[in-house]
Amino acid sequence: MMTNQKAAIPEEKVEPMEEVSRPGVKAGVDLLRFTTAGSVDDGKSTLIGRLLYDSKAIFEDQLEAVERASETRGDEHVDLALLMDGLRAEREQKITIDVAYRYFATPKRKFIIADTPGHIQYTRNMVTGASTAELAIILIDARKGVVTQSRRHGFLATLLQIPHLVVAINKMDLVDYKQDVYNQIMADYKAFASKLSVQDIVFIPISALHGDNVVEKSLNMTWYDGPTLLHHLEHVNVGASRNLVDFRFPIQYVIRPNQDFRGFAGQVASGRIAVGEEVVALPSGLQSKVKSIVTYDSEPEEAIIGDSIVITLEDEIDISRGDMIVRTRNLPQKSNQIDATLCWMSETPMNPQGTYWLQHTSRQVKALISELNYKIDVDTMHREPTEALTLNEIGRVQLTTTQPIFYDRYQINRNSGSFVLIDPFTNNTVAAGMIRGQSRQVSDLVDSEEKADTSTGRKKSSDVVWETTGVSREMREEQNKHKAAVLWFTGLSGSGKSTVAKKVEQFLFERGVRTMFLDGDNVRHGLNGDLGFTEQDRQENIRRVAEVARLGFEHGNLVLCSFISPFQSDRDFARSLLPEGRFFEVFVKCDIEVCKRRDPKGLYARALKGEIKNFTGISSPYEEPVNPEIVFETDLHSTEEIVAQILSILEKREILL
Amino acid sequence: MNSYLRSHLKQLENEAIYVIREVAAQFDRPVLLFSGGKDSIVMAHLARKAFHPGKIPFPFMHVDTGHNFPETLAFRDTLMEKLEVQLIVGYVQDSIDTGRVVEETGPNASRNGLQTVTLLDSLAEHKFEAALGGARRDEEKARAKERFFSHRDVFGQWDPKNQRPELWNLYNGRKLPNEHFRVFPLSNWTELDVWQYIYEEEIELPSLYFSHQREVIKRDGTLLAVTDVVKPQPGELVETKIVRFRTIGDMTCTGAVESRASNMEEIIQEIASARITERGGRADDKRSEAAMEDRKRQGYF
Repeated sequence: MMTNQKAAIPEEKVEPMEEVSRPGVKAGVDLLRFTTAGSVDDGKSTLIGRLLYDSKAIFEDQLEAVERASETRGDEHVDLALLMDGLRAEREQKITIDVAYRYFATPKRKFIIADTPGHIQYTRNMVTGASTAELAIILIDARKGVVTQSRRHGFLATLLQIPHLVVAINKMDLVDYKQDVYNQIMADYKAFASKLSVQDIVFIPISALHGDNVVEKSLNMTWYDGPTLLHHLEHVNVGASRNLVDFRFPIQYVIRPNQDFRGFAGQVASGRIAVGEEVVALPSGLQSKVKSIVTYDSEPEEAIIGDSIVITLEDEIDISRGDMIVRTRNLPQKSNQIDATLCWMSETPMNPQGTYWLQHTSRQVKALISELNYKIDVDTMHREPTEALTLNEIGRVQLTTTQPIFYDRYQINRNSGSFVLIDPFTNNTVAAGMIRGQSRQVSDLVDSEEKADTSTGRKKSSDVVWETTGVSREMREEQNKHKAAVLWFTGLSGSGKSTVAKKVEQFLFERGVRTMFLDGDNVRHGLNGDLGFTEQDRQENIRRVAEVARLGFEHGNLVLCSFISPFQSDRDFARSLLPEGRFFEVFVKCDIEVCKRRDPKGLYARALKGEIKNFTGISSPYEEPVNPEIVFETDLHSTEEIVAQILSILEKREILL
Repeated sequence: MNSYLRSHLKQLENEAIYVIREVAAQFDRPVLLFSGGKDSIVMAHLARKAFHPGKIPFPFMHVDTGHNFPETLAFRDTLMEKLEVQLIVGYVQDSIDTGRVVEETGPNASRNGLQTVTLLDSLAEHKFEAALGGARRDEEKARAKERFFSHRDVFGQWDPKNQRPELWNLYNGRKLPNEHFRVFPLSNWTELDVWQYIYEEEIELPSLYFSHQREVIKRDGTLLAVTDVVKPQPGELVETKIVRFRTIGDMTCTGAVESRASNMEEIIQEIASARITERGGRADDKRSEAAMEDRKRQGYF
């Protein structure tokens, strides 16, 4: 329960205080952080004012003041935008327009709004607000439709990996609440959004001024049967976007009250950990087990993303701030060559020859910009060459750090994939960075990948050198008249992965494309004949397949891999072996009940009887791809449709020329 | 309930503990500003949690106007003993005696405004680099943009035009010598969050927060406790009322409210409903046309 929303209910409407008298009982009240994007003209202030007003989070005296002001001005309606007037005053006083945080709550949720003003320094503000948001509301003026700014907002929201987008089509009252206006804008925006990797997008027609579909259902738009905005905010699944898989624990502080206790304090950046699990400390690579998880209140058996805890280990290992504890079998990437997207936030332009502090998790290292690849026009999303990034510009850079950092791609892990750059002279935070991966030059591919990495436990010889035959991949691609790539089909057993993959290969072959086909059955006959189905063996199975796929790739092939590959970390490993844009994670989606019915090899039946252990979907989890390049549902579409879709994507991405 | 969900209070607690630990890790000489009020008591509680089973690795500092309620000081000393932290007290009286500030005179004299000098002097004297405070963004409009790590220049001043962007949970505490930071771990808490947290965590508060009998006078619409520093002026009526304090600070300007709320549940209930009239209820505080005019001139409308 939340009591503060009761606070502003006018007195005559005060409900029985029963809930208030039991203030401790409020399991289930969670937290949603969202950001609003739009300029004043789109009605953003009015919308926020309306949300606060209709959810009764406004103090009576604040409201009175606004009512008086509206009356004085002769307004027909109370101008709720006036509630946000702090910003207007500041704008006129020429104080830097900045992100403002606002709070309200309903009995279901507490909300933190990062309100990002739309005009000057838009990119910087939106990036800041978006960095902690789980949802973004993009406002579109129904009269104007999808404009450049709406696209920019969508682009930035997806760049920052905000999992949920709401496109609020505002001022419906000014277009007579017409459904076709809504439909047209929705179609336009969807067409644009298909170019972005949006996971969840919802369109809501509203009038912030009159309150239609903000908190209360609109009587003026009976044709709309979706949720109101507040209903959506209250019910959107906040947990779904958290990375609960990859345990990353950056050490903030070492707690050592006496000789017998040595605890590592930090906030779980992602994933989960339980007492007894095997862990490794990075960068030392020393292994141990979790002895206990300590908090002031209790010693829980398990901790998850977001928990501020202290971990103790079975063995005395030297760990200090900036180090990271991870699971032995789920490691982050390690490199001092970082490929990243950078948003420049300082009035002082980037110094391409300069050195900056790079703050990543609890680690600070020196970094220099080894290459500035291009900047991105946030309005058109076009790439343009540039000498340096200036305030509000976004670009792609290659960074070299003095010591390696342990990271994940931002796309799969916001906490271990983000960093800021700090000017060493002014100490200002000058840029926000999102890691795309390791910098890839051909020469690096040899060194950094193949060197023995003691922390991974994989025995690699540091002497192995990538043998180039004198015929490069580029030469092969030239001759083949298509590019090399890896299509990685993942999905439940019986989802139709191999059926589709084989069909795709057949089409490709007929077009003269050089292909290679790998699936579970053919590799397990020979190459991986020594492996079973434990988690460890399954991981090794995928690792070998990924390496083979890479060999095939380097020889100019379009490699089709069809594996259940249930774990994101394994698929990410495969991805990490290939250059950007050449790895296609293809998620073959199919309802598990349909898979069970299909059961081509009778495996589900056996698994359900308990004859097969660790069977994905029955006794072992399947982690759905976080951000696959291609998704299709075999229980909804025909194989022909799907094949056509895949081929068209390969053409669009210029793999097939 | 799903074990992978955390209540909003738990999330706020996790965030605050993370910020407090960042301060301890990034600065050699941090300090926690302790006023004796509920927010700073919550801060003390969170600091204790952040370093458990170790002790809090930094001292607390109290700026004493010399006009504190005796209950506040007694509570403060007991808590410090319990937490085993060092308490540094900066006395406004010292600033007055050394001529750093000039004390107001008259019946309404307050030392509230003088605290800033004492605070900055004390921070400088002990070379503190970061001062943790319990301020929240919901307190007033201007604070809605305050950072968790708020940078202060060599004069201890806040330059709203020159605050660093804060992204994700990456807090940049790098600074030049003689600059310092104010850090606000409770930034994202609302007043009600604080009270609910106190209730859930069963945090002890000074008795002043709970209803009790007290001699008060009404001055400018505010109920002030009759004490050595607040004496009735001619025409002021001393009354005995059942009151409690909603905030605790300097006795000269901390108003009491008439209340029979004697435990946490009653207080939360009272806060929840009192918020309607907290600002609007006072006769003298009705916004006049003049106030509105002022706002207009400042460019509000």
